[in-house]
Amino acid sequence: MKIPYYPGCTLNTVAKGFDVSARESARALGFEMEELGQWNCCGASFPLSPDNLMGLTAPAKVLASAARMGDAVTTLCSVCYNVLKRTNKALRDDGEKRSVVTGFIEEEYDGSTEVIHFLEVLRDRVGFDRVRESVKRPLGGIRAAAYYGCMLLRPAGEVGIDRHEGPTIMEDLLSVLGCEPVDFPNKIECCGAHLAMTRTDVVERLSGNVLESAVDRGAEVVVTSCPLCQYNLEKSQAKVAERRAGYRHVPVVYFTQLLGIALGQSDEMAGLAENRWDVRPLLEEKGV
Amino acid sequence: MARIGVFICQCGNNIESTVDTKSVSEEMEKVPGVVFSCNYKFMCSSPGQEMLKEAIKKHKLDGVVVSACSPHMHEKTFRKACESAGLNPYRCEIANIREQCSWVHHDKTKKTGTVKSNDLTRMTIERLKRNRPLKKINIPVNKRALVIGGGIAGIQAALDIAEGGREVILVEKEPSIGGNMARLSETFPTMDCSQCILTPKMVEAELHERIKIYTYSEVEGLDGYIGNFTVRIRKKAKYVDEELCTGCGECIEKCPFKASSEFELGLNKRKVIYTPFPQAVPNIPVIDAPNCTMIQKGKCGVCAKVCGPKAIDFEQTDEIVEEKVGAVVVATGYELMPNERFGEYGYGRIKDVINGLQFERLASSSGPTGGEIRRPSDGKVPESVVFIQCVGSRDEAKGVSYCSKICCMYTAKHTMLYKHKVHEGQAYVFYMDIRAGGKRYEEFTRRAIEDEGAVYLRGRVSRVYERGGKVVVQGADTLSASQVEIEADMVVLATAIVSRTGADTLAQRLGIGYDRYRFYNEYHPKLRPVETVNAGIYLAGACVGPMDIPESVSMGSAAASKVLALFSADEMAREPIVAGVDKTRCNACWDCLVACPYSAIEKEEVKNRQGETVRWNARVNEGVCQGCGVCVAACRSKVIDLAGYTDEQVYAAISAF
Amino acid sequence: MKIKLFKQEIEGSSIRQIERSSGEVLKNCYQCGNCSGGCPVSYEMDLPPSQAIRFLQLGKVEEVKKANSMWLCVGCQQCFSRCPKSVSAANLFEALRQMSLRQGKDHKEIRDLPVSFLEKAPQQAIVCGFRKLVS
Repeated sequence: MKIPYYPGCTLNTVAKGFDVSARESARALGFEMEELGQWNCCGASFPLSPDNLMGLTAPAKVLASAARMGDAVTTLCSVCYNVLKRTNKALRDDGEKRSVVTGFIEEEYDGSTEVIHFLEVLRDRVGFDRVRESVKRPLGGIRAAAYYGCMLLRPAGEVGIDRHEGPTIMEDLLSVLGCEPVDFPNKIECCGAHLAMTRTDVVERLSGNVLESAVDRGAEVVVTSCPLCQYNLEKSQAKVAERRAGYRHVPVVYFTQLLGIALGQSDEMAGLAENRWDVRPLLEEKGV
Repeated sequence: MARIGVFICQCGNNIESTVDTKSVSEEMEKVPGVVFSCNYKFMCSSPGQEMLKEAIKKHKLDGVVVSACSPHMHEKTFRKACESAGLNPYRCEIANIREQCSWVHHDKTKKTGTVKSNDLTRMTIERLKRNRPLKKINIPVNKRALVIGGGIAGIQAALDIAEGGREVILVEKEPSIGGNMARLSETFPTMDCSQCILTPKMVEAELHERIKIYTYSEVEGLDGYIGNFTVRIRKKAKYVDEELCTGCGECIEKCPFKASSEFELGLNKRKVIYTPFPQAVPNIPVIDAPNCTMIQKGKCGVCAKVCGPKAIDFEQTDEIVEEKVGAVVVATGYELMPNERFGEYGYGRIKDVINGLQFERLASSSGPTGGEIRRPSDGKVPESVVFIQCVGSRDEAKGVSYCSKICCMYTAKHTMLYKHKVHEGQAYVFYMDIRAGGKRYEEFTRRAIEDEGAVYLRGRVSRVYERGGKVVVQGADTLSASQVEIEADMVVLATAIVSRTGADTLAQRLGIGYDRYRFYNEYHPKLRPVETVNAGIYLAGACVGPMDIPESVSMGSAAASKVLALFSADEMAREPIVAGVDKTRCNACWDCLVACPYSAIEKEEVKNRQGETVRWNARVNEGVCQGCGVCVAACRSKVIDLAGYTDEQVYAAISAF
Repeated sequence: MKIKLFKQEIEGSSIRQIERSSGEVLKNCYQCGNCSGGCPVSYEMDLPPSQAIRFLQLGKVEEVKKANSMWLCVGCQQCFSRCPKSVSAANLFEALRQMSLRQGKDHKEIRDLPVSFLEKAPQQAIVCGFRKLVS
C-alpha cells in the first residue's frame, strides 16, 4: 500500500525526527509513504474569513499535487492536517471558490482527494491490531499522556479525528505499543500556538497548565502530533519548575517516535536526540 | 328555486379596511337564488346573530352564506344560530373573506380585495346550492377509560374520571405507580415532601373500586375509534402471583443478589427481586429476570423457599390482555437527557458529577444516603456544590433548542435543600436566565439567594474536570466579564427534560402525532391543550412538553373532564362531513384504504343469501373519518365522495369563479 | 461607562463588514458566556470573547478594536466547540484582525522578533504568526 504524504515545512527541518520515525514506521508496518512530487508550505493557518481566498491558494496547490498522485494524502503535523482538511472542504462545498482558487494557482483540482491524518491511517487502513502484532520492543508500561491540542479536533464537524471531548485515538495507539495511557483534563486545551512569537508569558502559562495537568496524573512522557505544541511545551517546562516545587521535567515526544522505538527503530532513526529533553533515560529505566 | 341569504361581515375594520362590503352585498343580490343580501359590522355579535335568525324567518331562507372570518372561528356559531331559527345547520356555509382576502390586500381604492370577495362569496353560494341537509352521526360510547402512565398526571386523571362515576384502567410500565414525582425529595415552591403528598393519591387510586391498575405492563396496540377502542396490554411476567403475595418482603430480604437500582438512577443497588421504593403501589415485588440466576441458570430460588404464601412462580410468562374502552388518556411523562451526552462535563464518568434527579435521591430521606448530602465517590459531605443550569437545554448545537422550564426552580430548591442539610456549605449556581413565572416562584428563587446565601453566577460552564480530589468547574460570569474557576466537591447538572425512550413507538401504536423532539402534539397549543387530532385520545402531563407538577395535575383533571363529557351521553354526535362510498360502483382496489391517514376505511364483505361472498367494497367508518378528503383524491373510479364538499359542489364553485 | 446606542452603528457598514468577513451572525449570540469560560487566553484579554461580541452587537466596534482580545486569540476554536448557538468568536476576531491588517497596520514588526526565536522555532509558528499579526 502506498499513500501520498505531505511532510510540511517544519517536518523537513526542525522536526525531522517526526518525519523519519514516521516513514520508517510505515515501512515496518508494510506500507509506504510517498512524498508528494512537488509541495509548498500549507500556510500554517486556515483563513477563518470566508472571503480570504488568498489564504486558500497555498494549501490548494498541495491538494492539487496530491491529487496527481492518488486519491488521498496523509500528513503528520496537526496544523497541516487542519489546514488541508478545512481547505479541502471549503473547495469541495463551494464550486465558485474552487474555480477562482484553482484558476489562480493554475492547477486542476476537483475536491475529490481525501485528507487523512497518520493516526487515522494507522487506525483505519492498517489497523491497531496489526500494529500490535508488529511491536518488537514493548514500551514497558511507560505512563504516556496523549496531548491532542486544538488542531486535530476542532472544528469537530470539519476536522475531528475522534470525539472532540474525550478523544481516545492516540491513547489506543499508545496502549498497543505497550504504554500505559494517562488521561488528563488539559489534553485538548491549547498550548498557546503562535503567541510564542509575541507573548511568551501566555505560552508559558498555557503550556505550563498542560504539563502540570499531565504530570499531576502521573505522566512520565507527553506525546504530541504537532511541532509547535512540542516546542511550546518543552520551552515552558523551566517556568513550571520555577513555580511548582517538586515538578519533574518530562520528555515531550512525537507519537511516531514512540511508535518507531516500539517497532524496533534505532535511536538515531527515531530522532530522539533532537528533543530538548531526552527520553532515552526513561526508556532505559523501563527496560526498553 | 333556492332562497339563499347572504350576509357580508365588516368585522369592524378588519375586513372593511380593504374590502367594500356594501358593494359585495349589492353584487350578490344579482346572483340567481339569492333573495336577501346585507352587510353588517359584526356578524358574530349577539345583535348580528339575532339579525341572522330574523332574516331566516322573515324571508323564509333555505340556505345561508356568511362571508366573514375563517370557518375555524365561527362556523359553529353561525350553524347553531341557523339551527335555532329552524334551518338545517349544514345549509349554512362560510366564505372566508378575512384571512383569505382582506388580510392580504392593502389598498381599498384598488378594489382588488372587493373583487376577490365577490368571487369567494359567489363560489360559496354555488356550492351551498348543492349542500344536502345532513344530520349528525350518532355512535355508541363505551364508558370506560384507559389511562396510560401512572405518574402524577395519570393518577390525577384516573381519580377524576373514577370520581365522575366511570371505570378506569391505569397501565404503568414500572413495577409501581408514582412516576418521577416519587423520586423527588421536596417540591417547589411549598417545599412539601414529595412522597407525602403523592402517596395518598397513589393509595386512593389503588383502593378505588372503579380503578383497575396494571403495573409492570405496557400497551402493545390500540384498535378502533372513539367510544369503541380495543387495547392490547402486555402484562410482563413478574414471577410473583399477585393474588397470593401479601407484600411481607421476606423474599427481598433473603435474595442474595443485587443489581443497579433504576429508581435510584444508578446511585445504589437493589435486590434482584424488588419493589422500587418502600411505598410502592402495589406493594408486590417483581423479579428482574435477566439478572436472576434461578431464571437464567436454574440455581438459587431462595425467594421461593422463604415465601410463606408460596407466591413465587418461576414459570410465569408475559400475558396479553385485551380491554375495551371508550377513551384514552396518554400521560407517559418524561426523562432526563443522560449525563453520558456531555463530554465537557465528563461523559458521565466523573462520579461526583450528577444530575438533578440524582440529587433528589441524595436529599430524599428514603434515598441511598438516608437524606444526607454525600458525594457518590467517597461518601464525604461536600463543602461546596456547583449547580449548572441549562445543560443540554437551549442548545441548538448539541442538545435541544427548547427551555426545560423547571430547572431554574428546582435548582433554587436544591440550593436550599443543600443549605438546610449542610449548614456551612456553599452553593454556586451557573445560570443564563432565571425563569420563575409561576405563582410565588420568583419569591422562591430570591429566597435561595437572599436568605440562604446561594451565589448565582450568570454564565455557562465550559468544562468540568477532576483535580486533586476536587471537581474543578471552569465557566464564566458575564456580569463581571470574568472567567470563573471553582474547586467544588460536587457538581449537579440540570440536564434537559426529554421525551421518554420509546415515546415514538407508543405514539405509532396509538396513531397520535409527535414533534421532532418526540413530545406529543396537542390539537391546538393554546385552546385545546389536552386533546389530540385523534378523536377520543387525550393528553396529560410532561409527555406533551416540559412542565411542573401543578400543570401536570391540571392537565390530568382537564383530560378527565373531556373524557367525562364524552361519556355523558350513551351516544355521541359527530359532524357529518364524512366520506361515503358508492357501493354499487366500488371495485375494491383499496387505494382509499391505504391513503386514509386515520385508518377510517374498512373492507366490507358482501354476501348473498347463501352466505357466499359476492364481492368486496370499501366502507367508511363514520365514527373515525375526519373528512380530510384524501380518499376522494385517491379513488381512481370516483366512487367515494365527501359530504359537504362533493365533486359536484367543487366543480360548481370553480365554475362560479 | 456610558454608551449611547444608534441604529446606524448597530446595523452600520462596519458591523456588516465584520459579519461578512467572519461568516458569523451577531444576533445569534445570546451571551451565555461559554466562550469566555472556555477560552484559554480570556484571562489575559481586556474584553473576554462574549463581552467583545456584546459590544459588536451594540455597534461599538472601536471598543473592541482598542482591546487586546483579537491579538491574543489563537483560533483554537474552543469557543465554537462549546457554543450552543454555533457562533465562533475566533472567526469574529479574525475578521477584526483582517480589518486592521488589510489597512497595512502591522501588529508585530518583523525586525522586533528575536533572532533565537527565528532560528529555533518551528517554521509553522513563524508562518502562522505572520499570517495573523503582520499585514
